[in-house]
Amino acid sequence: MADKMLGIIFSNMHDTALGDLTLHRTMGSIPVGGRYRLVDFPLSNMVNSGVRDVGIVTKSNYHSLMDHVGSGREWDLARKIGGLTILPPFSRTGSGMYKGSLEALWGIMGYIRSSNARYVILSDCDVMANVDYLDILRSHKEAGVGITVAYTRREIEENDQDNVVLSIGKNDLLNDVLINPDLQGDQNLYLNTAIIDRDLLIRMVTDAVSRGHYSFYQDILQVQAQADQVNCYRYEGSCCRIHCMESYFRANMMLLDREARMQLFDPRRPIYTKVRDEVPARYGLKAAVSNSLVADGCIIEGRVENSVIFRGVRIGKGTVVRNSIVMQGTVIEDNAELSYVITDKDVLIKDGRKLGGYLTYPLYIPKQTHV
Amino acid sequence: MSMKKEWVAMLLAGGQGSRLYALTQKLAKPAVPFGGKYRIIDFPLSNCVNSGIDTVGVLTQYQPLVLNEYLGNGQPWDLDRLNGGVFTLPPYQKSSGSDWYTGTANAIYQNIPFIERYDPEYVVILSGDHIYKMDYRKMLQHHKDMNADCTIAVIEVPMEEASRFGIMNTNPDSSVYEFEEKPKNPKSNLASMGIYIFNWNKLRKYLIEDENTPGSSNDFGKNIIPNMLAAGERMFTYAFDGYWKDVGTIDSLWEANMDLLDPNVPLELYDPSWKIYSRNPVMPPHYVAPCGKVENSMVTEGCDISGEIDFSVLFAGVVVEKGAVVRDSIIMPGTVIKSGATVQYAILAENVVVEENAHVGERPELVENKDDWGVAVVGAGLTVGRGAVVPPKGMVSENIPAVETEEEGKNHG
Repeated sequence: MADKMLGIIFSNMHDTALGDLTLHRTMGSIPVGGRYRLVDFPLSNMVNSGVRDVGIVTKSNYHSLMDHVGSGREWDLARKIGGLTILPPFSRTGSGMYKGSLEALWGIMGYIRSSNARYVILSDCDVMANVDYLDILRSHKEAGVGITVAYTRREIEENDQDNVVLSIGKNDLLNDVLINPDLQGDQNLYLNTAIIDRDLLIRMVTDAVSRGHYSFYQDILQVQAQADQVNCYRYEGSCCRIHCMESYFRANMMLLDREARMQLFDPRRPIYTKVRDEVPARYGLKAAVSNSLVADGCIIEGRVENSVIFRGVRIGKGTVVRNSIVMQGTVIEDNAELSYVITDKDVLIKDGRKLGGYLTYPLYIPKQTHV
Repeated sequence: MSMKKEWVAMLLAGGQGSRLYALTQKLAKPAVPFGGKYRIIDFPLSNCVNSGIDTVGVLTQYQPLVLNEYLGNGQPWDLDRLNGGVFTLPPYQKSSGSDWYTGTANAIYQNIPFIERYDPEYVVILSGDHIYKMDYRKMLQHHKDMNADCTIAVIEVPMEEASRFGIMNTNPDSSVYEFEEKPKNPKSNLASMGIYIFNWNKLRKYLIEDENTPGSSNDFGKNIIPNMLAAGERMFTYAFDGYWKDVGTIDSLWEANMDLLDPNVPLELYDPSWKIYSRNPVMPPHYVAPCGKVENSMVTEGCDISGEIDFSVLFAGVVVEKGAVVRDSIIMPGTVIKSGATVQYAILAENVVVEENAHVGERPELVENKDDWGVAVVGAGLTVGRGAVVPPKGMVSENIPAVETEEEGKNHG
């Protein structure tokens, strides 16, 4: 197949941006949207774009990730040939730990070499979007260059971190890559998604590593940009980049918007996730839910407003939950009040507790805490 | 020859379920959706898996397409096994000719070669139209303890309803001395649940004998059980005291769904040690809009609710628009209820569209003659037109055209 693509997902990139949430898990396994993990988005996008071989690069804390993706069956990637491959840190010398994505690519060179795909699609797990990678591939082939990077156009907000801005010249070719620049107004933000010719990728990575270069942005993108070899593809759909607690909060809340939800969960291009065989959500006598997402397995007997409720959550009588994200298995007993709270998995909030944060600083309650 | 198994289950799933009318026009009764995200067959299948039975033959005949697709390789029930697993067993052609399954016993008879592949000690016979959670291991233990040839699961029913069931008359040691199918004057209230465990060598013998008896109905209840009893085989009952419901009629299907909303009904679906498995929809969590109102209901992923829901079970991907009202109803996957429409005491099958201001069903207290009242049903994929009315007890099996209101009639000239 001339257009065969190999998918590579980096599950650990940006881990430090969401300190608390990634204490015990990778960026890719951060729960989002009531029943998903961030890795579900690039993984489902790849499957929906006809990618049949996907490698997930991990570094640390990857138990929850492996538990989530399993054999890849839910993404139809449990295959005899190819399918899903987990790529844990692998070492010939040293600890096998890598610093950046370039070094990680070097570590999995054997996996990339053994593929017969013509293109490699690289994606991090920090963007929630429903992207057809075939559109990017089309743009890539039309441009006739070795690399295509995807970006979106938007303003950099005050608290945004880890911004990679693309300076784009004639014919959508990349001029320069700017990391955390001090710029005002709408910018071309890199979506950490790229398509690269496999042969070129192997050559570039081998070459860079042999010279002791380890930055994907500087030693690959910038170098190739100088040679007019990087095409830029603009993604127009709705997307959310998650790079801090506030953006995590906003990304979840974005899903309360019907339009955004329709785009992200387009039934023609479904986002797959691990099946948990939960019962449908049950509403009690005095339940009152408004502008909220509620997943299966919940038992709701109180009030819920403007919130995202994950699978298997219980909300007791007389309890009010507003503007909050309540993760899987959390139990909130009776007559409690929550506002701008993010509870991690399996938290217990006892009778009558009152907890609150602010939009710009939601209160985070770590996994399995009893309040 | 496959690897020997201690026991295998045979699930009778070929019945038409004609008393479910519009709901079973295109699918077999065991494939009828139930409880928000299940199909009826999920209950016996999950019971099998949770009881440690890893080989299940599903006997299909009537409209098997939906059921076949649903079962697939059995993975959702953990029944994709190297040895055993779930198998759909339709009637097939043999060198000596071919036959439809003529009765429940004949269906098993025709699949003797399937059972023999596993050389089991015991065979469990199940039907695909009951909602219950049962540990068949306990029943097997009872079967072994009693040194029985056949054990029949029974449940106590109210004495006044006993004449609707197959009734087992037993001795104090739970051995059966008499079986009466729908007796006028029942002597006991122990109703057969349609769940049998047989010693395979005994069952095999009686199946072959029955097959060679001209004029037999080839039915477990009518032939096999009475024949075994008459021959003095060791027949015992196993008393079950949990929730069990036959969902073979519109009313009982509606009631069983409603039972899920009643906290006093002992059918606990939230028990993690006895999960009911199903093929899960790939949809985001359900959304309730600011103008939506949901109480006393079950709602599944993919729903989008802007209307009012009370005492109802909503399956995956149901849309209820603003101003629509759904009460005491069962709404199957993908159905859309548009604004201003009301749905009360109704079962809407999959992918129904209830157009604006249409009305389906009615509350019993608003119906003068109680004989005219009943649950209204709309068959799969149908449209109830704008402003149209489906009366209580209505059974819709084709599209209902829109009713023009006077005003619209004038506008159209």
